[in-house]
Amino acid sequence: MLRAALAALVLYLPSTLSPAAAAAGDEVVDIVAPFEIVDVDPSITGDLFLRMNVAETLVGTDLDGRPAPALASDWTLSADARVWRFRLRQGVTFHDGSPLTAEAAVGALRHAMGKPGILGRAPITEIAADGDGVLVRLSEPFSPLPAFLAQYTTVILAPASYDAGGRVQRVLGTGPYRVASLQAPQRLEVERFDGYWGERPAIRAAAYLAVGRSETRALMAESGDADFVFNLDPASRIRLGRSPKLSVQSVPIPRTILLKVNAGDDLLRDPRVRQALSLAIDREGIAATILRFPAAATQLFPPSVAAWHHPGLAPLGHDAGKARALLAEAGWAAGADGILAKDGRRFSLTLVTYPDRPELPLVAAVLQEQFREVGIEVAVNSTSSSEIPARHQDGTLQMGLAARNFALVPDPIGTVLQDYPPRGGDWGSMNWSDPDFHKAISDLIALSDDAQARPLREKAVAILQAELPVIPIAWYQQTAAVSRRLLNVRLDPFERDFGLAGMRWAP
Amino acid sequence: MGPVSRIPVSRILGYRLFQALLVAVTVGLLTFVMVRSLPGDMAYRIAAGRYGYDMVSSDAANAVRAELGLGGGGAAALALWFLDLFRLDFGESVISGRPVLEEIRHQLGHTVGLSVAAILLSVLLGPPLGIAAGLRPGGALDRGLLVAASMLRALPHFVVGLILIMLVSAGLGILPAAGHGGTENLVLPALTLALGLGAVSARVARDAMVQVAASPYYAFGRVKGLSEARVFLRHGLRNVSVPVVTYLGVQFVGLIEGVVVVESLFAWPGIGHALVHAIFSRDVPVIQGTALVMGMMFVLLNAAVDLACLWLDPRKQAS
Repeated sequence: MLRAALAALVLYLPSTLSPAAAAAGDEVVDIVAPFEIVDVDPSITGDLFLRMNVAETLVGTDLDGRPAPALASDWTLSADARVWRFRLRQGVTFHDGSPLTAEAAVGALRHAMGKPGILGRAPITEIAADGDGVLVRLSEPFSPLPAFLAQYTTVILAPASYDAGGRVQRVLGTGPYRVASLQAPQRLEVERFDGYWGERPAIRAAAYLAVGRSETRALMAESGDADFVFNLDPASRIRLGRSPKLSVQSVPIPRTILLKVNAGDDLLRDPRVRQALSLAIDREGIAATILRFPAAATQLFPPSVAAWHHPGLAPLGHDAGKARALLAEAGWAAGADGILAKDGRRFSLTLVTYPDRPELPLVAAVLQEQFREVGIEVAVNSTSSSEIPARHQDGTLQMGLAARNFALVPDPIGTVLQDYPPRGGDWGSMNWSDPDFHKAISDLIALSDDAQARPLREKAVAILQAELPVIPIAWYQQTAAVSRRLLNVRLDPFERDFGLAGMRWAP
Repeated sequence: MGPVSRIPVSRILGYRLFQALLVAVTVGLLTFVMVRSLPGDMAYRIAAGRYGYDMVSSDAANAVRAELGLGGGGAAALALWFLDLFRLDFGESVISGRPVLEEIRHQLGHTVGLSVAAILLSVLLGPPLGIAAGLRPGGALDRGLLVAASMLRALPHFVVGLILIMLVSAGLGILPAAGHGGTENLVLPALTLALGLGAVSARVARDAMVQVAASPYYAFGRVKGLSEARVFLRHGLRNVSVPVVTYLGVQFVGLIEGVVVVESLFAWPGIGHALVHAIFSRDVPVIQGTALVMGMMFVLLNAAVDLACLWLDPRKQAS
């Protein structure tokens, strides 16, 4: 037994100890990020194929998140604002050599409509081919439609990608890179596609690896196994920033840590109580110690989302004394153990959060402490992210701590429509409505002139700030560690693109 | 193989076959009941597993419920699973839609490769050191080994793995920190597991060696005039091997436990990593299939250990 084992190992070792050549150092850009390749369907993993420049959408975004031409070269809106026509770019071919036709694009969009995604949230009645363009008919005017068609669930794949049942079997996109090999759930290799319609990228090939643990990702950047490591934890970010071989880049992104509160709950119905909760939070402390960015939220939208950030709003602040005063005004008095009580009922709440983003349970623990200081007892339940929508629906949620992405659609209106409708949204308001707010939002989506939009957005944001159906806590920055040998790396604030096609190796 | 008579071998195999059937039924029933009794709505958990935390919503959960017919009764679903099992059909993952058997084959290959490498490394590290220590009980090596083994056993795999990555990959830069594809990727995760396994097998080998060295037959070998090396090879090695090999069987359980942690630390696409994800997202067909395959592997490995011990220890062989 021993001898056999020894022989096996001796045979095995030489190949093992060869230099780590497959890592960095060759022409292939090694990209590491936490996102697993669960399935090849765009409704599930479209974001990764978009980020890796394999698949493209009809509409893209510019640096400010405004719709920009992509597979559609331009678009027009009918006089009654109910029919959009997207004209397709000419001379585009899919990775299987077939041409991008209006029929192919319509087919891909219809498949997307049939699956959970963003298109089901727009008032679309029909998608049809029209010569060299795609017609989208609506039941009512809906100005954010181009932004919806920039979302990853709407990437355009070749007809040969789908089987008879509409399931995606292969990812045949139109991007500058095509899939060379795919080993779900962790590895994707891409190579330059010579038939690409746009500018030819400098990088020949790239390999993507999904690594869930942030410690491992950081060490892969440090050891040179990866050239581009996406999403660093705060401690690693600071350590890697001192490495001479790496540059650590960061960009503010439209994602906000917020506390969703059930405004219909007996304890949380009074707006003064929600204001007290907000005043009890030391946002700067949380940002400095947990996120390690000066990113305390003064309102829901960060300044980087210029259209929705309202500089004139009085900032949300920290004032525990004022919080206690507001709670006393609402009839709450401290009991023997310091926890508030009213009519024999303790002020005790449950907060649900999820560990998929590792900072959330930490923020929850700090909130628990800070709320306790004003006399509110909080039990933290860190569980599946799906518990927040599930408990929203069955009405049992009291508070949910989430990191909400306002760039689900590059225009935050997509998330606002989903999260703050009059009946409430899974990740937004719960048992809260305000006629002026809903009027401002419905006016906004019917509007085609952007100049009139600004006052409406400011009005809506001011109402959210006053009523606090959700309590903003901190804004986010996306970070990446990049090998100094890799040039032209630009982080996309809308998280649609790793920027592979624009990168090049240092000479 | 040595002169093994037929009766015990067939008895071992018969017993293990019976055990395999029992495992299949128990695993099928238990995983099913346990997953169903976990808290939380299955449709929501599956939707979170598929679409991620940014896109999970009640709409997505309702679509999942309708697609998979989750409203139906549990008993019917369980009966269907057993029926399919007899046709060797494990069903499809509710998350990725791929056949479970295909997913397991892909992942199991990685896990088996990692486990075999870990066991080989541990056998190479642990027992030789243990035997050397056992030949001089109380010596410097013996005492040093006790401290090292206790430390390695006490440290979680996660910590051992991180220390190895920091020293070997980030520090020396001779091996990749994580990933898969090349054989060089296998070394650090296998070593992480092997250090924990080797720590225990070194202690087992050391104690066995002390016992064997103190036995009358060992003393007789020396008296007979055999050299130290000869007496060890003739009378020591085989006797020490029996408890070490038996203990290997026990270690497989610990190995599976370690594999789950080590695979996610090193981004190794194995079955442990996949099983954790499947449980989080309530992927019942994958949980059932994976648990079944792992159960069968245990039975198979234990049968192999039984046969190896039978071959090593002729006293157990029926005449």
